[in-house]
Amino acid sequence: MGQINLTQVRKVFGATEVIPGIDLDINEGEFVVFVGPSGCGKSTLLRLIAGLEDVSDGKIEIDGNDATRLPPSKRGLAMVFQSYALYPHMTVRKNIGFPLKMAGMEPAEIERKVQHAATTLNLTDYLERRPGELSGGQRQRVAIGRSIVREPAAFLFDEPLSNLDAALRGNMRLEISELHKSLKTTMIYVTHDQVEAMTMADKIVVLQAGVIEQVGSPMELYRFPCNKFVAGFIGSPKMNFIEGPAAEPYNAHTVGVRPEHISLSKESGTWRGRVGVTEHLGSDTFLHIHSDANREPLNIRAQGEFDVAYGDEIFLTPDESRIHRFDANGLAIR
Amino acid sequence: MARAVSSRRKIGFTILGWIVGFLIFFPILWTIIASFKTEAEAIAVPPSFINFDWTLENYITVNTRSDYPLHVMNSVVISVGSTILALCIAIPAAWAFAFSPTKRTKDVLMWMLSTKMLPAVGVLVPIYLLFRDWGLLDTRTGLVFVLCMINLPIIIWMLYTYFREIPVDILEAARMDGASLPKEVAYVLLPMAVPGIASTMLLNIILAWNEAFWTLNLTASNAAPLTAFIASYSSPEGLFWAKLSAASTLAIAPILIMGWFSQKQLVRGLTFGAVK
Ligand SMILES: Nc1ncnc2c1ncn2[C@@H]1O[C@H](COP(=O)(O)OP(=O)(O)O)[C@@H](O)[C@H]1O
Ligand SMILES: [Mg+2]
Repeated sequence: MGQINLTQVRKVFGATEVIPGIDLDINEGEFVVFVGPSGCGKSTLLRLIAGLEDVSDGKIEIDGNDATRLPPSKRGLAMVFQSYALYPHMTVRKNIGFPLKMAGMEPAEIERKVQHAATTLNLTDYLERRPGELSGGQRQRVAIGRSIVREPAAFLFDEPLSNLDAALRGNMRLEISELHKSLKTTMIYVTHDQVEAMTMADKIVVLQAGVIEQVGSPMELYRFPCNKFVAGFIGSPKMNFIEGPAAEPYNAHTVGVRPEHISLSKESGTWRGRVGVTEHLGSDTFLHIHSDANREPLNIRAQGEFDVAYGDEIFLTPDESRIHRFDANGLAIR
Repeated sequence: MARAVSSRRKIGFTILGWIVGFLIFFPILWTIIASFKTEAEAIAVPPSFINFDWTLENYITVNTRSDYPLHVMNSVVISVGSTILALCIAIPAAWAFAFSPTKRTKDVLMWMLSTKMLPAVGVLVPIYLLFRDWGLLDTRTGLVFVLCMINLPIIIWMLYTYFREIPVDILEAARMDGASLPKEVAYVLLPMAVPGIASTMLLNIILAWNEAFWTLNLTASNAAPLTAFIASYSSPEGLFWAKLSAASTLAIAPILIMGWFSQKQLVRGLTFGAVK
């Protein structure tokens, strides 16, 4: 249960082509994250899978059956919306039990399952409340509870954490990952936040303008990005791109080096530069360095505390084994 | 200081509000007073306000001369019936306009509203002939049908504006949760739209209750609602001010009482959802 295959799925809204044609296989039990900048068509792709939008062309199969023309209610998928989309007129108990009621389940059985879901999600004390009387995190939990009671073929999440504050977001991220480990159900998760993608995914699908740029595990994308877009999108702080004379020794149009793969020295190194703004986080220090290698300042991440002053001269040495090379079209040279 | 000014303004606006309210209510008040006068006092110049011989004779005459309970019943059946029938058509229509719009949705909505700009008398003859041929003249069924059609555009528009306030996410969540279209409407949309539907219903019951053109032209006696009952006392050859007033008072009493108790919903309805 939970195998989803997309074949040449295309979507146009009026005259604008949002998704030109996507092929994608999502395996049973996988945690797949669609990531990409805002407006790149992640939600649209998810809604096509859900059946909330009709495909303009192509085929969607769920567990080997053609689901292209099935209405959402018949696809057996559960969705958690960015706005949570709880039923405001129903109590938490009714909200969570709603999919079971729609499936025509016995009230006693519904009650048992709702209790079980509420226990898993720490919602037992709130069952009689309405969504309006809950905090953001609790609403999020109810939305998740509503999706898990039914034991769907797959879960679809559309930026479920973007309305939460940073601390809560970290917690919910863990909870969702844990949920995936215990349920072992396919999950498709949409986000524009590469941190969520890196930390949660088995497989990341990087999208840009409705086109898949690369599919792979978080570490594959981190180590072997296939183009500049993926290289720049995955990893934080962003990869440094160096063009021109400094890239020539590497036989590339552009070289990319991640901030954590450049070592600093006060005596000697490959490139010379001057320290700009430094940000001390305790665990790490982020430095912006104006160097002769590149027009843009380079971002460097140094472990622990690093003692330099604004304007100091400094030398940079990239880790040769971690250098990414790109041609004039932005494609990786392997 | 600022406080004093604002409370003075408040008093000013309150007084102004009462004056406007009284001016609007005055004709109704005058009708009610006149209904307790004799015919002679009702047309007396200058008119007397309180110091006349209060009498119930008009009410007695009106009740013996016509069948008030029958007219009330007709009014209730016609106004409530036409509103409910219209809601049954308008709810799916408004759902489609609000949640599944196409390029032509706005045009269709405007077209429906434009039918309200047509003078009713323009279609009187064809409708009268249809009613005659189908045996619908002077029947409640016929009037329920006609008033439903008359008020349908307004009902659809009102519901449409209410439905548009409902986040479509919530309906999509219901679809994902396995709800078929009828269940989505019954379990999610309608409960969320109850305030809007209630005010739409109230407003349209009142509109249908007061509707006089079609009720007067398409009924004679059996299906005649209170509007026709009032009209039967405005006779060109006699002076029946007091009796007409008594009939009017009787006709507006039920709807006035209903309106009083549902003021909040009515205000919401009249402002088309602009006030939460
Ligand atoms: N219903 C719609 N009608 C027209 N254009 C739409 C509609 N939904 C989305 N789009 C367009 O499709 C593009 C992708 O949108 P979306 O999938 O929501 O992006 P994302 O979720 O990646 O931010 C955007 O340019 C958006 O304007
Ligand atoms: Mg989105």
